[in-house]
Formats: sequence, structure tokens, C-alpha cells
Amino acid sequence: MLNTFTQLENFGHSLKSPAYLIQPKTSEDIYEAFRLAKKLGLTVTARGGGRSYNDAALNAGGIVLDTSGMNQITSWDSATGLVRCEPGVTLEMLWHKVLPDGWWPPVVSGTMFTTLGGCLSANIHGKNNFKMGTIGEHVVEFTAVLPTGAEVTCSPKLNGDLFYSMISGLGMLGIFTSVTLQMKHIYSGLIEVNAWPTSTLKQQLHDLEENAPNYDYIVGWLDTIQTQHGQIHAATSLKEGDDPEAAKTVQLNYQQLPDRLFGVMPKSLLHYFMTPFGNNFLWGLVNTAKYVSALRKHTFRQSHAAFHFLLDYVPFWELSYGRGGLIQYQSFLPKETALPAWTEMLSFAKKRGLPSYLGVTKRHRPDKFLLTHALDGFSLAMDFKVTDRNRAELSKVIQEYDRIVLEHGGRFYFAKNSETTAETALAFYGEETVDKFKKLKKRCDPNGLLESDLYRRIFG
Amino acid sequence: MSDLSGSMNETQEKFAPATPLNPRHRAILVGASVGLGAALARKLANEGYSLALVSRQKEKLDALCAEINQAAGEMRAAAYIHDVKNYDEVPDLLRKMVADLGGLDTFIFSAGINLPPGGIDKYNFEYDRQMVEVNLIGAMAWLTPVAEMFQSAKRGQIVGIGSVAGDRGRVGNPGYNTSKAGLHTFLEALRNRLTRHGVNVLTVKPGFMKTDMLKAAQGGTPLAIEPEKAASDIYKAMQKRRQTVYTLFLWQYIMLVIRHIPSFIFRRLSF
Repeated sequence: MLNTFTQLENFGHSLKSPAYLIQPKTSEDIYEAFRLAKKLGLTVTARGGGRSYNDAALNAGGIVLDTSGMNQITSWDSATGLVRCEPGVTLEMLWHKVLPDGWWPPVVSGTMFTTLGGCLSANIHGKNNFKMGTIGEHVVEFTAVLPTGAEVTCSPKLNGDLFYSMISGLGMLGIFTSVTLQMKHIYSGLIEVNAWPTSTLKQQLHDLEENAPNYDYIVGWLDTIQTQHGQIHAATSLKEGDDPEAAKTVQLNYQQLPDRLFGVMPKSLLHYFMTPFGNNFLWGLVNTAKYVSALRKHTFRQSHAAFHFLLDYVPFWELSYGRGGLIQYQSFLPKETALPAWTEMLSFAKKRGLPSYLGVTKRHRPDKFLLTHALDGFSLAMDFKVTDRNRAELSKVIQEYDRIVLEHGGRFYFAKNSETTAETALAFYGEETVDKFKKLKKRCDPNGLLESDLYRRIFG
Repeated sequence: MSDLSGSMNETQEKFAPATPLNPRHRAILVGASVGLGAALARKLANEGYSLALVSRQKEKLDALCAEINQAAGEMRAAAYIHDVKNYDEVPDLLRKMVADLGGLDTFIFSAGINLPPGGIDKYNFEYDRQMVEVNLIGAMAWLTPVAEMFQSAKRGQIVGIGSVAGDRGRVGNPGYNTSKAGLHTFLEALRNRLTRHGVNVLTVKPGFMKTDMLKAAQGGTPLAIEPEKAASDIYKAMQKRRQTVYTLFLWQYIMLVIRHIPSFIFRRLSF
């Protein structure tokens, strides 16, 4: 019955976690898997696009439900912008469906290959978090199967406690079977982007905070290797009439990311050529070139897909980090303490000779979901290449980072952070929140059937 | 069914979770409580492995786990009580251990008994049957689901502890020779099946070792080594993903000669 023992990985290819893979098609299949797990003494985790940088969709030695086969968009109303989807529908399928009718998902991740089930479980945010909040704030209703076999329907009004805890609940209370989302109206397939340079971290945070209210999206890029040079991209959706060719630009063929570089080289091969850049010096050059390219403030228009899905620009980019893969470290800090905390962190990593190649900053606002990661402040996400030689040292850097973030009242995000310990998680969630979550867990999952590697790590 | 819960549940202790910066090698070692198995367990724990140790001897196994975990300062070894002749227990126990370990990278079958008939003109079917039941059928009962698992995951390593005694049928202990020769052949067949799926199968052929089993040896015991030395050789061979390893290495040449002794001479020898 369980002859599908499969080696699964995280998005960064830095974890290998074998599990019995089951591909459910219906809610009954999911319940069947719970029954099987109970009989065999195993645990269950749902997995969608496998785009978490950590162990959120892994369950070593247990059952993993690959929900990517439950990928039907079951209803779409182009008049109201309400869409109902199965949990395995990816953001790609979603925007392909709604864009030609003049709509766009209200919140998207940096890759379009995440599934809605995963997006809700992690309660993802986008570059518009300060304005639109997390994806959960645009969920009108969802249904889910609990490990008890009960199928629940939740909205902010109906089963509100489950609504606000299953969204952000890391898939540990139940498994989504359908999601109804409100799309956002757009009047063009293009988005207007302003780009300008920032010379220090302080200036970058200042610019993010000052400018965010004037834009729909804002994101900063920071050279965390040496200089703290950076760049800000702030974008506004076009208003009705701003784009004379709107009917054309909302078509899908206008949005496709180019699949060849300079019109010649297939981009699917590009990651091979990026591998040699996996060292401090060459990445430093790349960062400097990027900074110089935007020394002058300029404005341009680009397609929604090109603006939002930067991670999909180079297919398999994550393989360019080599055999050990990569980890992401994202910290969320209140706006008052972000600067001193990150200044301390960046100088610490530099001293240790283990800088991150890429830093991305965003502006955030708090939300009402139980296991929330957001707050009134900023986030900084960093990539680290993992090798057999740097593991021990990098581990020390990350531990020190966790300490600094906690000390400054910060939070973490479990679509990304892979090293956070149970003590750290308890410290930033607070005992009250963890108790509340565990009580809900007991209610929804009395036999403890839902467990992921992540759950065991931070709540184990 | 014997006690499947092992000491894991009793102590409520858990293996440290694997993270990108703290990856864990996960191994199951069947036949771990004494001799070569225990030496291998200590060696692998020392190298940072998370280990599920299987044996029917509860006291010895618990003591070994306690020793390993204390030395490491963290949970590295968990005990599972099982008699390899209880073939029906294997699938459930294997699934439980893989879940407890958080995956499986290496499976080592080290269980074995040696019951000599007591002379080159003595016969003992009961002994022979027991040796085949433990050394061969016990191995097949474990290696079959493990091979299926690794084949499906397209990854993993199987290590079988055979013996130089399996290289030829000799006068001293036909049952033991047969059980180990059968194991070698089974491992070779698995190797031929699994290499194409990215799985390595290592056949270990130890010579004499200074363990309790040495008493069963017929006649002299030349080149006897400490089990720690054998464990270290095996670990190196695992790292290099070799196919076959003799320990001591010298046995490779000795057995090369012995394997080529023509029958008309071999029949007349008394070793």
C-alpha cells in the first residue's frame, strides 16, 4: 500500500527528507490517508509546490500528501472577482485564469509555483504587505478536512477561531480542500515601477517607510556582502485609461517571461553558468554592477509577471548554489529596532566571512492570524550558500542572528527559516499563542496525525 | 510479537531534527548489541549518525545506547528489541524506525550466529537450520523491504556482514558456510538490481575477529583483529561506496588463493 517512498527536498535543496508520497484527488482520499496513518502509526503532512525554503512540506519517514493533483479552479466570477480553487492550484494557474478578465491575485509570492494550500498555511505576504496584508486577509472562505474526518467550512464569521488559526497554521490543524479568494481589479497588464538607489541600510529603511504609502508595492534590494548599497523598486498599478493598449497587455502571451537570455541562450541552462559566481568576490561584482545600473532614478513599465515573479526569471536558479543548496534567513523587526538589529547582524556576518549574497527588504504591517510573522516594521531576507565546509560556522552565525532578532523584538517566517529552534519559536510567538495553538491542535487533531519536520522542530 | 515500542517510547526522547546546517545520517543496524555490531554502532555514532539499533538482547542493547548517548551528549542511538527470526515483525518495525529516525540513509545487517557441529565428521541439522534462519533468512526478511524502500527513493546504502567463510564450502561448518554464501549471493543480486537506482550495496567479508564468535572457529584463528578495526574498515568502505570489502584487507588475497584451489585438492584438505 505504501510503495511510494520518495526522496523529497526543500526549495533550496539543502534538506533531504524521504517520505511515503500519496497523491489525493478528493477529500475522501485525504481522509483515507489519515486513517492509513493512524493504522500504521505514521504522521501526515500536506505538500503543494514544494517552494518552502525550509522543512514545512517535509515529513521524514512519514506520509506526505502531494496535493498538486487537486488543481481545479472550480468557479470564477469575472464580475465580482471571486474565485474558488482546489488547494493544489498554483498562483500561476490562478493569474492565468483571472488576468485576461482584468484581475490579479491580491497577494503573490516571489515565485508563481506556490500552491494556494501552501500560501494559506504559511499565510504568505508580497511586496504589498504594508497595504494589502497577507493572503489570508483576502480569503473569503475555505473548506478543510480535519484529521478526525470532519470537513469544516471557515470564514472570518463562520468558525472564526479556525479561520484565523488554520491560515498561518503551517498545515498542522487540517488540510485545505477549497479556497475562495477575492481578486484585485487591474486596468492594465503593466505596472509602473520607480527605481532609485540607496547608499546605506539606514537610507533604505527610511525610503521604504516614507515612500510605502504612495505606492502599491515596494521592495528593497541590499548588497549585504560589503557596501550596504541598495536599490528600491516601488510600483503602482495603472489607473483606468493609463494604458492605451490595456486590452493587449492583459493577454497571457504579453506576460510570459522570456525563456531565452539575449534571445539566444535557453534560460533553463543559465543556472549552470551562475554556479561559478557562488563566492563572495564574484557576487560582490554582480551586486556592484546592479547598483551602478540604477544610480539614476528612473521609471519604467513592466508586466505584472515580470515585476512579481523575480524568482522564476532563471529557472532552477536554486541549483546554482551547488550540492549543499541554500538556506534563507528572514527576520521581521519593528521599525524602531530594525536598523540597530540589522547593522549588528550584517557586521557580525562580515566579520565571520559569511555574508549573504542577496538581501531583500520589505515593509510590513501586523495581522490578526494566530501564528503571524508580520509586524509594523520591516523584513530582511537573506540567502546563504551551504557547503560541507561552512555548515558549522554558518550555524553559529544563524544562532547569533536569532539571538539578536529576539533581543530586538523581532519575528520569523516559517516558509523560510530552517534553523529556528523550539525555544526561539516559543520566545517570539509567546507562551499564550503557543498554548492557544496547541489547544486548537488537540481539538482538530486529537491523535496527533498531522506532523511535519517543521512542526517537530519548532513545537516538538 | 515482541516489544515493538523499544526504549524510544519509554524515554520519550527524540533524535535531534535534521536541518540544512545540521544534517543527520540515519542508519539502522540489525544485530547491534555485541561484537562487530556494537563496534560499528559506536563508530557510526562517533561520526554523528542517528542510529536505530536492533537486537534481541535488551539489557546489552540498552546499556550500549546509554553509553553512546552519554558520550555524544545527545540522542544518537535508540534501542529496538527484536529477534530476527520473527520475520513477520519486520515491516512494522522498519516503518516505525524510519519514522523515528526521520528517514533512512544506511541499512546494516550484522546479525549472525555461528554454531559449529563439533568436528569435521559431525552433523547437526538443528544448528544448520538456526544459522540459515538467522544469517540468511533473517537478512532476506529485512533486506527485502529495505531494498524496496531504497529502490523507490532512488537513494541509500545497504551493508551486509558476510564472512570469508562464505567464499567456499569447507569441512568445518557446512551450515555456516552455506548461510554466508547465500547471503553473499543475495547481496550480489540486490546490488545488480539496485545500482541502477542509485543504491549502493556493500558486502563485508570479515576474517577472524576477537569477539565471542571466535570461540566457534574451527582450528586456528590467524590474523584475528579487534572488532573496532573491522568497524573502521567498514566505515571507510561505506564512505567510498565500495562493493565488497575484506577485513583485514589481506583476506582478499588469501581468499583469492583459496577460491582457486581446485576441488581435487580442496577435498583432501582438513580446514
